[in-house]
Amino acid sequence: MTGWRTSMCVAALATLAAGATAAPYVPQSDNVVLERLPEKGDPALAQLKRMRRALAARPADIDIAIPVARKALEAARQLGDPRFLGQAQAALAPWWTADTVPPAALLLRATLKQSQHDFDGSLKDLDRLLAAQPAAAQARLTRATVLGVQGRYADARRDCGELNGRVAPIVFLGCDAVPASLSGAAAYAYTSLNDELSTQRGSSDLREWALTLAAEIAERRGDFSAAERHFHDALALDPRDAYLKGAYADFLLERNRPEAVLPLLANDASNDSLLLRLALAEQRVPAARDAFVAHRADLAARFEAAQRRGDSLHRREEARFRLDIEKAAPAALALARANWNVQREPADLRILVDAARAAGDAAALEIAAQWITSTRMENVAVASVGMVRK
Amino acid sequence: MIRNVLLLVVALVACPAFAHKASDAYLTIERNGASLRGQWDIALRDLDNAIGLDANGDGDITWGEVRARHADIAAYALQRLAVSSGGERCALSATAHSIDTHTDGTYAVMAFSGQCPVAGPTLAIDYRLFEGLDPQHRGLLNLVESGQSRSVVFSADSPQRIVGGDTSGPWAQFSTYLNEGVWHIWTGFDHILFLLSLLLPAVLVRDGGRWRTGNSFRAAFVEVAKVVTAFTVAHSITLTLAALSIVVLPSRLVESGIALSVVLAALNNLHPMVANGRWIAAFGFGLLHGFGFAGALHDLGLPAGSLALSLFGFNLGVEAGQLAIVVVFLPLAFLLRSTWAYRRMLFAGGSVAIAAIASVWLVERAFDVPLWGALAAGL
Repeated sequence: MTGWRTSMCVAALATLAAGATAAPYVPQSDNVVLERLPEKGDPALAQLKRMRRALAARPADIDIAIPVARKALEAARQLGDPRFLGQAQAALAPWWTADTVPPAALLLRATLKQSQHDFDGSLKDLDRLLAAQPAAAQARLTRATVLGVQGRYADARRDCGELNGRVAPIVFLGCDAVPASLSGAAAYAYTSLNDELSTQRGSSDLREWALTLAAEIAERRGDFSAAERHFHDALALDPRDAYLKGAYADFLLERNRPEAVLPLLANDASNDSLLLRLALAEQRVPAARDAFVAHRADLAARFEAAQRRGDSLHRREEARFRLDIEKAAPAALALARANWNVQREPADLRILVDAARAAGDAAALEIAAQWITSTRMENVAVASVGMVRK
Repeated sequence: MIRNVLLLVVALVACPAFAHKASDAYLTIERNGASLRGQWDIALRDLDNAIGLDANGDGDITWGEVRARHADIAAYALQRLAVSSGGERCALSATAHSIDTHTDGTYAVMAFSGQCPVAGPTLAIDYRLFEGLDPQHRGLLNLVESGQSRSVVFSADSPQRIVGGDTSGPWAQFSTYLNEGVWHIWTGFDHILFLLSLLLPAVLVRDGGRWRTGNSFRAAFVEVAKVVTAFTVAHSITLTLAALSIVVLPSRLVESGIALSVVLAALNNLHPMVANGRWIAAFGFGLLHGFGFAGALHDLGLPAGSLALSLFGFNLGVEAGQLAIVVVFLPLAFLLRSTWAYRRMLFAGGSVAIAAIASVWLVERAFDVPLWGALAAGL
């Protein structure tokens, strides 16, 4: 049954992706289900829909707008569905371009700008918020995250330091661990985070978040068995977290265990970045050949659709797609470099290095090498690039 | 075809594989002279978000639920798409409804046709689908014209574009806006009537409280040149200031002021207050007309990439359109200047008519009441 369904899916996806169904049609019966709305079977989303209806009647009511924007942001993060980001922004419309904005709306606006990769805009909002309310913990944490994504590790650590004693220890340590581990203090960052985790304190959400961070840091340090243990513990706490699944899938691909990725991501094809990992795994498993062909076509169609709308949010993923699946190194390198100008997380560095190597581009490799030395980054996946210089 | 449909249904039932994507709608417009044909693919999810398609609230949208709302879908969408040709709005109406699938799910497909009052050089498109509901929505337009297709992306930040002709490069943009400038002056009767009011007396000479026929073409030419130059310099200044948002005036004030300028210019022919300094009036009121041109330019939208060039092109187009009128007017007026028809009908009668028309505009614009409609209904 599952096999039949899968092969039908694959066939249908392949026809879709190939554009064979470009002709509009008229369904044969009124009972044909054309679309399943996301709130089907999801009470939280059904509630969000009701709240949005209430907001439509009173769009300037901030007491409705804030929870709507917050819930929509949560949904976007959990499902990886950017339509909810549009809904969140719509809820914030009265305050989107305003100068005087209540703190709660300002924080959400900054978070949304971050999701649109408008990091400077996001930081500006957060600076304003923190200037008025230096003790706003969530704003501190968000600013540390944005600064970390930009590779401004010292600034990020300063913000995390401000959280010390004001929030649960796990939040402070998790906040600090990422920038610390990327700027020469990986051992310290890992040990302090791991010690805190072993106390079993903190809510399961926070522990899952911290375990994911610990797994990534352990992996960068080359301690793969610890990394795998943390990934497992994190997945036990939340098996649906898209970010965690992507990170674990990358870990498995890196360890050359593509078979393990297939069941992990079997139901995540709607999420672009998870579908990319799934396809990367299928590419290396001969038995998954048909699924790979269909998913490759699907990904190509999705990147094309994003390009048509002028979206540049997925350059990191697209670079990996062009490099590892389409074997188009120059195109991949152009994307990776453009992406590097905007965000500087370890994954951004990794694709820059891989694409530069494949394209034989010494200048791009030099950019990466300089970054690794100047930040004193510890990362086994790209360590050899830094070595070249020494 | 049937096989494809079956596969699609299976795909929907069996796998949750449609991509998550921000909201897009796919719009195709085919232009042939003044007539348009189009297709608009809009995601069912987005339509449900806007007008509610899931009638029974079970989380599934069926063909029956969509079919029942076809008229509403058409009304909702077409109210948010304005297509204009040569400054006049084209009438759009839905012709057929079907369904299609894109990477992120199922879309309602609406075919439509349109008829424009005039076949202008370009189409001005104002796209507002899901405005206020999803600021990240994009309208992806594919314009097909004489076998060529061109794509344009509409967003909340740039809902207006001029398309058609070759609008891709900066020079193409320039000529597009040049064209629009010419069209604007030719279809903007208030500007023409203002100019004519100032030009009508150019072939006459004010002498002892009476108008008499001027003898010299050269004198008439110089008079016209002074008026046209003053008008041009003045409106170029304010057009630029307003287009760059340096000075912004409320459009009701500007439009009423323009109507008033036409009334005064026409009355001045009948009871001259300003006889030999008409260029000064042309300059003063020209400042106001410049704000009016800027309003038209604002409706068209200025491309950020080639702003200066487009602004220059539009202004030059206005001048060219105005010059074409003068080139036809001056020799004719000079030939006819001593006839009864010119003196009594065109000059006196024309000025009365212009003052009357512009007075109606003035009332309409200042008090926001549609007088023409009321007058026409009374007839």
